[in-house]
This record gives sequence, structure tokens and C-alpha cells, in this order.
Amino acid sequence: MATETAPARQSYLDAPYGLAAWLLTKDHKRIAMLYLISITVFFAIGGLFALGIRIELLTPKGDFVAADTYNKLFTMHGVVMIFFFLIPSIPATLGNFLIPIMCGTKDLAFPRINLLSWYLYVIGGTLAIAAVATGGLDTGWTFYTPYSTQASQTSVTMAAMAAFIAGFSSILTGFNFIVTIHRMRAPGLTWFRLPLFVWAQYATSLVMILGTPVIAITLLLVMAERTLHFPIFDPKIGGDPVLFQHLFWFYSHPAVYIMILPGMGVVSELVAAVSRKQIFGYAFVAFSSLAIAILGFLVWGHHLFVSSQSIYAGLVFSIITMLVAVPSAVKTFNWAATMYKGSVTWESPTYWVIGFMGLFLIGGLTGLFLATLGLDIHLTDTYFVVAHFHYIMVGGAIMAFLGGIHFWWPKMTGRMYPESLAKASAILVFSGFNMTFFPQFLLGYMGMPRRYHSYPDEFQVLNIASTFGATILGLGYGLCLVYLLWSLKRGAIAPANPWGAKGLEWEKTQSPPTTFNFEEDVIVTEPAYNYAGSGKVHHG
Amino acid sequence: MANSTTSGVAVGHDAGHGEHHPRLQHHFFDMDQQLEASTLGMWVFLVTEIMFFGGLFMAYILYRYWYPDAWASASNHLNVQMGAINTVVLICSSLTMVMAVRSAQIGSIRGQVGYLIATIGFGATFLVVKYFEYAEKFEHHLVPGLGMTFAPPADHIHAAHPVVGSSEQLFFSLYFIMTGIHALHMVVGIALMLIMLVWAWRGRFTPEYYGPIEVSGLYWHFVDIVWIFLFPLLYLLGAHLGAGH
Repeated sequence: MATETAPARQSYLDAPYGLAAWLLTKDHKRIAMLYLISITVFFAIGGLFALGIRIELLTPKGDFVAADTYNKLFTMHGVVMIFFFLIPSIPATLGNFLIPIMCGTKDLAFPRINLLSWYLYVIGGTLAIAAVATGGLDTGWTFYTPYSTQASQTSVTMAAMAAFIAGFSSILTGFNFIVTIHRMRAPGLTWFRLPLFVWAQYATSLVMILGTPVIAITLLLVMAERTLHFPIFDPKIGGDPVLFQHLFWFYSHPAVYIMILPGMGVVSELVAAVSRKQIFGYAFVAFSSLAIAILGFLVWGHHLFVSSQSIYAGLVFSIITMLVAVPSAVKTFNWAATMYKGSVTWESPTYWVIGFMGLFLIGGLTGLFLATLGLDIHLTDTYFVVAHFHYIMVGGAIMAFLGGIHFWWPKMTGRMYPESLAKASAILVFSGFNMTFFPQFLLGYMGMPRRYHSYPDEFQVLNIASTFGATILGLGYGLCLVYLLWSLKRGAIAPANPWGAKGLEWEKTQSPPTTFNFEEDVIVTEPAYNYAGSGKVHHG
Repeated sequence: MANSTTSGVAVGHDAGHGEHHPRLQHHFFDMDQQLEASTLGMWVFLVTEIMFFGGLFMAYILYRYWYPDAWASASNHLNVQMGAINTVVLICSSLTMVMAVRSAQIGSIRGQVGYLIATIGFGATFLVVKYFEYAEKFEHHLVPGLGMTFAPPADHIHAAHPVVGSSEQLFFSLYFIMTGIHALHMVVGIALMLIMLVWAWRGRFTPEYYGPIEVSGLYWHFVDIVWIFLFPLLYLLGAHLGAGH
């Protein structure tokens, strides 16, 4: 149908069609779409848990759910959102879709392993849902011992297995990206001609392959202690629960950078595209991704400031944590410098990217509060921490994810969405987000602890504000989902380069691309973001 | 040997520029790129394996540092002879593995099949010895999960050992998990070698195309090296330090 507007060549979406062709596909673009569908489902599930939390916190008394149920709500919210939404979000969707195209190649280095990673993700996700169905999990997403190994009566083993399997999916994605970026680049595409999104994904992949195996073995030890009764962390015989915390955070702190670094990569692309300008300080932005990945491995101890860690270790971790602000600031200043005197156009991706910069700024700066030893003693385990990491992970990572989805949607689906609704959605999400989480900074500073289902009366006003904001936030996400789905059938047909952007994906492929991406072999002769380059930018 | 390997690579290089080699996957430019990608892929995978075992070694180091006496007395219950036999077996298997890869590079099907069978044989021997070791631990009630009584049965020689609730359990937990995961890797390795054996038998590997057998070999050597660390750490160090108890 619609042959008069169909592209000259059959796109990857139409090439052998049918359920089996999709479920057995080795095409990185189709796998990206499979991931996009599955992570959206998990985002909705995680959102439902959040809804339960916010309803309970409307009133000071624990009246909507029992304390046990509340424990399960915030635990499952964390497990689902972190392991099944945030960690795969950008790498597995935009990364899978774009990295081979940005590298000028036909596919990732190991297409079958790429498909395997999606299946592992689905198996892990199914186990996570099974854990919910069999009574949920109440340990917090952190699985802290000895509660998780000895006391908890909930589905700890199944949930740990779910995270364990999902971890291998993440390892395989990172592994595939690293080999692809090293070995599959098109002729002429040197490291310093790569788009910054690829650099950010490379740094992320390093964290994935170095960190994830450690959480895998740690969860395996928890499962062994719980099911086989092999004591590893059991204090009764001299085992050390703090060892668990070290091993856990050795992955789980770098995991924060698995969530935010790809977002930074997206923002670098978007900032250059909406400013029609070469990114300011390309090499600095590229290397700051690596710096964040490396420093990210040296700061896990800031989660143990009050866990009987040596004060000297605490000092060192505190200082290194503050150092992470340096490469983060390098990025933020370079983005601002790129927009300065750029030809910024106010298209929907611009809204998302500016929203990201505002929220990431607040999230990053409040991270410095928590990195400060003395202040952390006051703020630890309060809503201040909750607000801080939501500003990074939801404000930062999800804004960037949605910004990237809006920017590349025409390329991925071949359709345009309604601009005005997209802008409205960005504004709703931005304002709803701030209304949800800014009050939590105040609550935390006033001393409201996290993870309780009831609280003193004086905290109610701010909690109502937070729940009200969450409603707007939910509406913003819902609106976004509705018009994106609508656009699949009804949206205008997208040209090859609707934004007039530079990059192999815009200039050398149609929308949506063919199965093997390019009509002819790619040879790269210019740096990335060559907006000022010789002659006019050719559209389409 | 160096000569034949080099010429094997050179032939692969030439083949890439002519018409496509039947084993060249569509998304690679040539056979060189395909081989480089799979080799790098295996190295990256082995890095993840190092981090995976790294968590266990971290736990080992910490507890060994905290409980040197418990470590010494517990490791004296391990069977050094069996551990030593397995070490020799694995080193031999690495040699036959290298020879199998070389046979592929010089195009000898007979060599590949023979050396792969030898490698699988050594791997299986390792697992059989490991089985007897584990069985011994079960008989002596040294398995933590099954009501480990460090108070040994009456006929047991080491009657002077501490009882339930002691840190020796940490040692045996780590012993079983570390050697158990290693043994699991051996099982995977043997399965991999069986696939390689079938492919080698069918003449799939040539001097132009030997990537799968080479990267499987990398994996095999890695699993051997893990054992080279486990053997002294679990069996020897404690036996040495605990000589006086």
C-alpha cells in the first residue's frame, strides 16, 4: 500500500515480514525495535509501582497499602526500572540502531549474539514478572545481605536470577559495541571522525563489560547462600555483609554511568544538530566520556559512608566522587558553548535536550552535596538521595532517551510525529518532573527518610505536591506514547534528513534504512558535524 | 611453526580480495576483518570472565586475610594429590589445544581431530577427578550447606578441628563455588570442543578459515589459567602455612 510515497528501496521494516522473521532477525535495526517495545512495557510496569508509591504517600498514615506491600512496591519499582528499563534503554535501542550506521557498516560484529542478548533480556524480564507474581521482592533493589540471604521471605532468588540473566544481556550488548567500534568502521572513519554518540557508547560498553560480571557473581553468591546455604556473607561465622556492599556497588555505581553516559552521547548529537554547528571541543567531549567511565569505577565507596567503612577510605572516595564533576562539567559547558551563537531552531528535540541540560545540572550539583562526607551523614537514606538520583536517571537519562527517540524517530520508523504535541509533551514532562522531585529535596533536607510508608504530618504538603507532579509527569509520558504510536500509521512520511543534520544516518541512508543500511560502501572524508564544511548542506 | 602460521595468515589475506570465501559473513569486508573481529570478541569476553572470577578472588583475599588459621586448617582437608594431577592434566590439555589450532592453520584434518579428541579427553579426566574430590568432601561432611560438622566423625584423623559455626565454612563455601564455577566452565569448554570436533571432521577449517577453533582455544586456555590460580590458592598455600597445627 501507499506505493506512491514508498521509498525507492524496500526498508528494513518491510523486508521479509511476519512474526517469525522479526523474532529470528539478525538485523540490528529490528533488534533495536524489539528492545524498544520490550523496554516500553517494562517502563509501564515500573511506572505502575511508582504510582502505588505516590498514592500511598499522599497521606501521612500508611492507609493505602500495608508496610510489607509498600516495601515490595519500591523494591520492584527499582528492580524493574533499573535492570529492565534504564540500563538497556539507550544502548539497546538507539545504540543498536545507530552504531552500525554511524560506523558505516552493515551490522554489528556479532548479529546472532545481538539477538541472543534480546532473548536473555526477555527471559530475565519474564523471571522478574514471575517474581512479582509469586509475591514480589522486599529487599530494596540493592539486595543487601544478611536480610536478602537469611530473613526475607519473598522471591529473592528468582528476582536475583532475573537481574543475573538481564546482566548477561547487557554484557553481550557492550561486547558487541566494543568489537564493532574497533573493527567495523568504514574506510576513512577514524576515531576522531566518529560521532560523539559512538564515543559515549564505547565508554558505556567498557563499564558494561567490566562492571556487570561483578554484580553477576555477587548475585550468584547471594543465591548460593540463600538456596544452597553456602555461607559467604553470614556474620554468624565471620562472613562480612559489608563485603557484599562493596561488591554490589562496584557494579551498581558504575551502572549509573551506564544509564547516563549514553544520554550524554544523545545530547551531544542533538545539540550539534539543533545548533547547526560543529560541537565545541570535540576531543574534550569525547575523552570526558572515557574519564567518566574510568572515574566511575573508583567511587563506589560513597555508598558506604555510613557502613562502617574506614574514614580514610571515605575521604578518598569523597574526593574522587567530586572529581567526576569535572568531566561532567566539561560536557555541559561544551554543549552550552556549542549552542552559543549557533543557529538554534526550536524543534521538538531542542525542547528535550534543553530539558535534559537543566535537570542534569541540578542532579549533578546535588551529587556534590552527597559526596561531601559531613553533609552525607545528614542526608543519607533521606528523600534528598531519592531526588538526586531521580534527577540524574529520570531527569537526565529519560529526557535524553526521549529526546533521542524524537530525533531519530523519522529515521527508525519513516514517519513524522506531530511537532506541537511533541513540544507539549516535553514541557509536561519537564515541569511534572520538577514538581515531583524538587519537593523531595526539601523533604530529605528536613529529614524525611526514604523507604517508609508513613511519615509525620508536617511532610504532607510537599508529598501532595510530589504526587501532583507525578501525575503530570505520567500524563506527559502517556501523551508521548499516544502520538508516537499514532504516527506509525498516520504520521507524515519522513524525508531522509528531516532536520538537515549531518551524519551518515541522515546523509547516506533513506528513512527508514534498507536492511543492509547503505546502497553502496561508505567512505568517510570529513569530520563529524561538519556543518561549516565546504558548500551547502545537502538535504535528503 | 612460526613460518607455517604466518603463511596461513597470508593465504587468508589473499583470499579476502578475490571472490568471497564461502565462510565470509555478509557484514564483513574480508576474511581478515572477520578473524580480527572474532579474536577481539573473545578477548573482550575473557575480560568479562576475569571480572566475574575477580569478585570471588576478592572474597577469598579478604577472608584469608581475616582468618589465616581457619584457612590453613580448612585447606588441609583438600586433596593435594588430586589437585596436582588435575593441574598436570589441564596443562597437557592446553598443549593439545594449541596443536589442534596449529593443525587447522596448516590444513591437517587428521591433526585437528586427533588433538581435539585428546583435549576433550584431558578435560573429561579433569572432571572425573573433580567428581571424586567432591565425593570425598561429601563423605567427610565438609559441604557447608549440608550441615557441615567441622567436628569430624570418630574415625577421622583431624579430630582437633573447630566445630559448627566456624569460619572454616567460609573456606569451603568459596572452595565449592570457585571450583564449581570453574568446573562449569570446563563443561562448557568440552561442549565447545565437541562442536569444533564435528566441524573439523567435516573439513570446515582451512588455512584461510580457522577463526572458531582459534577463539575456542583462547577460551580453553583461559579456563586452564583460572585453575592455575585456584590450585595454589586453595590447596598449596594453606597446606604450607598450616603445617604446624
